[in-house]
Amino acid sequence: MADNVKPRVRVPRSAAAGEAFEIKTLISHKMESGQRKDSDGNPIPRSIINHFSCDFNGENVIQAALEGAISTNPYIQFEASVEESGTFTFTWQDDDGSEYTDSKDITVG
Amino acid sequence: MQFTRRDTLVMGAGAAVATFMPLQVFADATEDVSAEFAMGEAITDGGVELTAPEIAENGNTVPISVNAPGAVAVLILATGNPSPKVIGFNFGPRAGGQTASTRCRLAGTQDVVALAKMADGSVKRASATVKVTIGGCGG
Repeated sequence: MADNVKPRVRVPRSAAAGEAFEIKTLISHKMESGQRKDSDGNPIPRSIINHFSCDFNGENVIQAALEGAISTNPYIQFEASVEESGTFTFTWQDDDGSEYTDSKDITVG
Repeated sequence: MQFTRRDTLVMGAGAAVATFMPLQVFADATEDVSAEFAMGEAITDGGVELTAPEIAENGNTVPISVNAPGAVAVLILATGNPSPKVIGFNFGPRAGGQTASTRCRLAGTQDVVALAKMADGSVKRASATVKVTIGGCGG
């Protein structure tokens, strides 16, 4: 499962030093829970994004361990605060071993 | 085929057991996961805020958010799901606040529980009941 996976991230362009602001992330993924069965009654194998992390200039902001109970196209919203300009990097890890990344710059001032 | 009074009673009891058994099993799974997260610490109520809708029409996308000031890690559990874990958050040094939101699947009407591990190791809990009109586990 690596087709049509598209990460989307919303980060403000600028922020005041030390002030908390919101980051919204969404990635298109079917998030097959492993609980469903196909029309013949065979269980459909789990295929989800199992880990998400956000870092700023190499320092961690948040990590999330996702389970099968997370909805299709997982959406995660959280807060960050920064003291200097830099780059946010976002990483999603798929059950199949692939990794999806995105990055966004922010200016403090 | 005729049912005697005794047969009927036995069947009734069997049906009741069959109905309540899975729920009991799920509840035990939640306890196990909670104990693992708490690592021997007592779990106390309060200090965490869990926001979930009272009624969710579609169990496939239920918005939930948690606010746990001072927490280092948060675990969200759905007590009535086949597998209780929903999501675990770990907050790093750049987190602006110990708050996060996501969307989850709920199999049916149930309690959603948020556990927060504070910096001093104590564990706080908050829970919310969500009524689900259409379950989100498919099949």
